[in-house]
Amino acid sequence: MEQQREKELAVALLAGEPGAFDRFVEYFRSKVFGYSWLMCGHREDAEEVAQEALLKAFENFDQIRDPERVRAWIFRVAKNACLMKRRKSVFAPERELSLEEFLPIAEGEGEHRHIEIADWSKVPDKELLNSELGDRLRQAIAELPESYRSVLLLRDVEELSTEETAQVLDLTIDVVKTRLHRARLAVRQKLDAYLRREHATHP
Amino acid sequence: MPHTPENCKEVFAMLSQYLDLELPSDDCQAIEEHLAGCAPCMEFLESLKKTVKLCHECQPSTVPAPLTPEARRELEGAWKKMLERRGG
Repeated sequence: MEQQREKELAVALLAGEPGAFDRFVEYFRSKVFGYSWLMCGHREDAEEVAQEALLKAFENFDQIRDPERVRAWIFRVAKNACLMKRRKSVFAPERELSLEEFLPIAEGEGEHRHIEIADWSKVPDKELLNSELGDRLRQAIAELPESYRSVLLLRDVEELSTEETAQVLDLTIDVVKTRLHRARLAVRQKLDAYLRREHATHP
Repeated sequence: MPHTPENCKEVFAMLSQYLDLELPSDDCQAIEEHLAGCAPCMEFLESLKKTVKLCHECQPSTVPAPLTPEARRELEGAWKKMLERRGG
């Protein structure tokens, strides 16, 4: 649905339809702002990135033959602008995440084998915006090493396809898949630890 | 895939691709057979699935400040130039 809407916005913009400019700017400005805010960690940087990405888009729009590629194209510009603004100190240092560090701890044998895990069945999957869980999620994403954070933001937050993400980040499809899995595992592990603490204090 | 810790590890490595429907059907079937007999892996999978859902809902806790008139003019100017190039 979102992809269809984005395509329509781009087609209307290219055709110079009345109102198309404002609709396009409103939609993509907040999208790029959201991505850049989670990517750069600074509000001022995110606002500048949103402006730069839209400006570059308008300056080069006539080179885009396929309106379906507009969002991947805009995120690519935004990603590069974020890298230029990078203030390393905000985030965890770049490092490789290994699968082993996210393996759950198992206890017991055979049918009695179980893992240490929070009760996820009561976790809501909507209305996150102002909740403590939402804060924990944003924090867990912010703490990912940058090469993992960039993949998770495009794939799971912005919901780009694996191919689009590979294209935006200049990675192979296999690298996108590997990094996405480890990024998800890292975020899951942090949320799980938070949920277990919560459950221990408010059973 | 029988239930042994080694197999759990193998399944663990493929869970995201399983959730994203990116695995060949043979692997998918092997994972499903394993999950059916392995409560810990199933529970872990559910937590990973929920994590992905939460990410879909994740938004920044703030919105951008309104576009300033100068910033709007700059963007509109670039858009109009682009339309002229396309038209001409």
